[in-house]
Amino acid sequence: MLNLLWILFGSYAAGILLPLCLPRRPEVQSLTAGAPAIMATSAGVVLGILGLTSSEPITGSLASTVPLLAFSIRIDPLAAFFLLTISLAGLAASIYAIGYVQHFDGRASISTLGSLFNGFLCSMTLVVLADNGFFFLLAWELMSLLSYFLVVTEHEKTEVRYAGLFYLIMTHVGTAFIIVAFLIFFQSAESFSFETFRHPKQSLPEGMRTLAFLMAMIGFGTKAGIVPLHVWLPYAHPAAPSHISALMSGVMIKTAIYALIRVYFDFLGGQFPWWWGFAVLFLGATSALLGVMYALMEHDLKRLLAFHSVENIGIILLGIGAGMIFQSYGLKELAALGLLAGLYHTINHAMFKALLFLGAGSLLYATHARNIEEYGGLLRRMPWTGVFFLIGAVSISALPPTNGFVSEWLVFQSLFLSYQLPTVFLKLMLPIAAALLALTGVLALACFAKAFGISFLALPRSAHARHAEEVPAPMRVGMGLLAALCVGLGVAPMVMVPLLDRVVAPLAGISIEGKVLAMDGWALAPVNVEFSSLSTPALSLLLMALALLGWGLAVALGGHPQKRHYKTWGCGINLTPRMEYTGTGFVQPIKRVFSTVYQPTVKIETEFLDESRYFAKRRRFEFHIEPIFEKYLYHPLVSFFTTMADRLKVIQAGSLHLYLTYIFVTLILLLLLAV
Amino acid sequence: MLQAVILVVAQVMVLLAVSPFLVGLIRKVKARLQLRRGASVFQPYADLAKLFQKQPVISTTASWVFTATPYIVFASTLSAGLLVPTFISQTPMNFAGNIIALVYLLALGTFFLILAGLDAGSAFGGMGSSREAIVASLTEPAMILSIFAIALTNGSTSLSTIVQKTALLEGAVADPSPHLMALAALFIVALAETGRVPVDNPATHLELTMIHEAMVLEYSGRYLALLEWAAGLKLAVFLSLIANIFAPWGIATTPAPAAMMVGFLIYLVKIAVLAVVIGIIECMFAKLRLFRVTDLLGVAFILGLLGLLFFYILRS
Repeated sequence: MLNLLWILFGSYAAGILLPLCLPRRPEVQSLTAGAPAIMATSAGVVLGILGLTSSEPITGSLASTVPLLAFSIRIDPLAAFFLLTISLAGLAASIYAIGYVQHFDGRASISTLGSLFNGFLCSMTLVVLADNGFFFLLAWELMSLLSYFLVVTEHEKTEVRYAGLFYLIMTHVGTAFIIVAFLIFFQSAESFSFETFRHPKQSLPEGMRTLAFLMAMIGFGTKAGIVPLHVWLPYAHPAAPSHISALMSGVMIKTAIYALIRVYFDFLGGQFPWWWGFAVLFLGATSALLGVMYALMEHDLKRLLAFHSVENIGIILLGIGAGMIFQSYGLKELAALGLLAGLYHTINHAMFKALLFLGAGSLLYATHARNIEEYGGLLRRMPWTGVFFLIGAVSISALPPTNGFVSEWLVFQSLFLSYQLPTVFLKLMLPIAAALLALTGVLALACFAKAFGISFLALPRSAHARHAEEVPAPMRVGMGLLAALCVGLGVAPMVMVPLLDRVVAPLAGISIEGKVLAMDGWALAPVNVEFSSLSTPALSLLLMALALLGWGLAVALGGHPQKRHYKTWGCGINLTPRMEYTGTGFVQPIKRVFSTVYQPTVKIETEFLDESRYFAKRRRFEFHIEPIFEKYLYHPLVSFFTTMADRLKVIQAGSLHLYLTYIFVTLILLLLLAV
Repeated sequence: MLQAVILVVAQVMVLLAVSPFLVGLIRKVKARLQLRRGASVFQPYADLAKLFQKQPVISTTASWVFTATPYIVFASTLSAGLLVPTFISQTPMNFAGNIIALVYLLALGTFFLILAGLDAGSAFGGMGSSREAIVASLTEPAMILSIFAIALTNGSTSLSTIVQKTALLEGAVADPSPHLMALAALFIVALAETGRVPVDNPATHLELTMIHEAMVLEYSGRYLALLEWAAGLKLAVFLSLIANIFAPWGIATTPAPAAMMVGFLIYLVKIAVLAVVIGIIECMFAKLRLFRVTDLLGVAFILGLLGLLFFYILRS
C-alpha cells in the first residue's frame, strides 16, 4: 500500500520535473509529461479500489518542522472514492493530452503545460487524501493556483486574462470562508489534525456549528459552482486547454463535494437540524435548473458544458440534501440512499463531463472553432469523436441505459421516499424538487440534442467544419476509455453500488447494500422490489433484442429493398447550410417560454433595398440574455468595494512619516488591548 | 422462467398487433364525426405492410444516426410498453424498471427523433425537432408530479404493484380526488406526448403546425413504417397506462389462462373506449398555437401538484 503511495507521488514528481529538464521537442515533451501522469493515475486507480475494499484506512505521514502542520495522509473509503474518481478522469485526460498538447506547439510552452498538468493532478489528489487541516488548506491553495496558471495558458487573449483574474478572485474569496470554517474547528479541537476535528476536546456550541455549516457552504460552494456563486465557472473552464477543462469541470469541482461531505457528515458527525439539508436541497434544485437553462442559450460549446457542470453539481446536491434531511430525522437507510445517489452521480458526472470536454477539445483541435454554429456534418468527418460525444450526450441527458440515468433514477427514488418524513412542508417540497429535476433532465436532453445535432449532423456550416479530420489516436483512446466507463457504470451498477455503500455506511451509520441491490445484484430496488426496481442490464438487453426485432420485422415484411440515396428536398433549390436550422433557432421556443428567467433583449436591424421596402438587403439579428447574477449581485458588490477603497484613499498620503505614525499608533493600541 | 418468457412474447405481440388498430379507430371516429365514411379501421395495417415493401430514400446529407433512429425509437417505445401492465397486472418485465424508467425510455426515443429531424439538413426537420424539445420539456415535469400522486396513494412507483393493488381494491380508492387530479394531468400529458390535437395534429403536413410529422418528414419505406408503428405503440402505451392505473378492474391478477383471456378482452374494450374519446376530442377542439400549448401543459403541472396537495391534506 505504502509502495503504491510512493509510486503515485513519485510519478507525479517526475511528471512535474521531467518536462522542464528534457529536450524541447513537442513529441518528447508531451510524452515526458504524459507517461508519468498515466503511471500516477493508474496507481491512483488501484489505490482507490484498495482503499474502498480494505477494512482499515490506509495512512502515511511525513514529519514537518512547521508547528500545527503535518503532512499526514489517510485513505478512508470517502477519500478513496474521490481518489478513484480523480484518477480515472486523470488517466483519460493524460492519455488524451499526449495528442492534444501538440496543438499548442508554438503558441504556448508544452513543457510548462505538462508540468503544471501533473502538478494540478497531484494537488487534487492531496486535497482528498490530506488528514490535517493545515495540509488540506495548502493543497487546496496549490490546486487553485495551479489551475489558475493552467486557465491562463493562452494569456495573450484578453478574455482569457479576464477569466483567469475572475477565477483567482472568486476562488480566494471562497478560500477565506473555508479558513474561517477550519478555524472554528481548530478553536475547539486545538489542533489541525482531522482526527481531533472529529472528536474535539470540548464539543462545538450550536451557534458555532451553524456558522461552520454556512462558512463551509459558501467556501466550498464557490469552488463547486453553486448558484449564485457559479459566475466564474462559465468564464474559467472554457478558457483553459480542453483536457484541463475536463479535469476542472469533471473533477476539481468535486473536491468541494468531497469537502462538504467530510465537514457535514464526518467532522460534524451527521448531527444537524433539518433546515441544513433543506438549504442544500434548495441550492441544489436552483443550481440544477438555472445551470441547464443558461446552458441552453450558449453556443460556445465549452461554455455550454461549463454551465452543465453547475446543473450537475445541483443534481448531486439534491441527492446529498435529501440525505441530510433524512439524516436529521434519524431515517438512516434513506439518508444512506440519498448520499449514495449523490456520490454515484459524482463519479458519473466526472466521467461524462470529462468525456464531453475532451470531445469539445477534439472539435477545437480539428476545426479551430468553438461556436457550434460553425460546426455541422462532423459525424461523417470525425466518426470516432462523434460516437464518443454521442455517448457522453446520452449519459448527461440521463437516458437509459447509461450511467447518468442510473444515478438520476436513484436521486428520484430518494426524493420520492419523502413520504416517510414527519412534516407536510418537506413532504411537499421533495416531490416538487423531483419535478424540477424532471424539468432539468428534459432541458438537458434538449440542450444536448442541440449540441450534438447542430455540431455533428447535417451539412457543415463553415469551411472549418468542411475541412475537419479525425483526431490522432491518443485523443481517441482517452475519449474511448471514458465512453466505455459511461456505458459500464450504467449497465453494471452492481459493481459500483457495493463500493459506494462502503463509503456511505460509516457516514450514515448503516449499510444498505443488501437493500439497494436485489435479484443477486441484477436489479436496483431501494427499500424493496414492491416499491420500485430498475435493472439496466435487463433494459439494455431488452433494447437490443427489440431493435433486432424491428429489423427482423422489416426484413420479414419487406425483404431487402435497395436503398436509394438522394439529396434532401429543399423546396426546389439545392440545400445549403444556410437553410439549416441553427442552434439559436432551435432554442427559440424555449427562450420564449422561459423569458421570465432569461429577460432576453432582441435587436433586429433591417436594411432595405433602395427600390422597394418589400425587399430586405440584409438583416442583423442580435439577442442577449440578461446576466442577472452579475448585474444585480456582483456589480453592486464590486462597486461597493471600489467606493469604499476610494474613501479610504484619504489615509494614503504617500508620506513615509505618516505611515510610521500609523504603525506606532497601531502598536500602542494593540499594547493597550493586551493590558 | 418459461412462463415469464411466454408472457413477454405475448405482451410484445399484443402491443404490436393492437397499436395500428388504435390509430385506425381514432381516424374512423374522426371521419364519422365529420360525416365521412372514412377508411377501414384496419387501414393502418395495410399502410405498414405497403411501407415495408417500398424502396427507402435516404438523404445524402444524413449520417448513420438517421438510419439507426427508427430502430432505436421502435425498441425504446416497445420496451416502455413492456413495463406497462396490459392484460395481466404482474408484468414479467416489471423488475426491469418502474414508472420513472418508463418516462426515461420514452425520452430516449424522443432524443433520437430530435436528432434525426436535424440530420437531413432541411429546415422542416429542424422546426419539428425544436418544437418537440419544448413540448417534451413541459410535459415531463407534469408527468412526474402526476405519477407521484398516483404512487403515493398506492405506496409504490412500480406499475405492476400500483395496478395490482388498485385492481384488488387495496389502494386508497376511498378518497379518489388525488387520483382524479392525476388522471386529468396524465390525460393531457398523453395527448401531448402522442402528438394529438390540441398539441399536434398527426393528420396534417402543414409547416406552420406540424411537430412529429416534421421530424419524420424525410423518412420513407421501412424506416417510416417503423416510426409510424412506434408512434402507434406510444399511443398504446399511454392508453394502457391510463386504462390500467385508473380502471384496472377486469385485468388478470394471476397468470391463469382463463383470467388472462378475459383480461385481454376487457383491455381491448378499455383502450378502444379511450381511443374513441381521443377521436371525439380531436373533432371538438382546434389545434392550439405552439405558445398556447404552454398554458395547457402548465394546467397539467398544476393538476399534478394539486393531486399531491390533496393527498397530504386529506390524509392529515
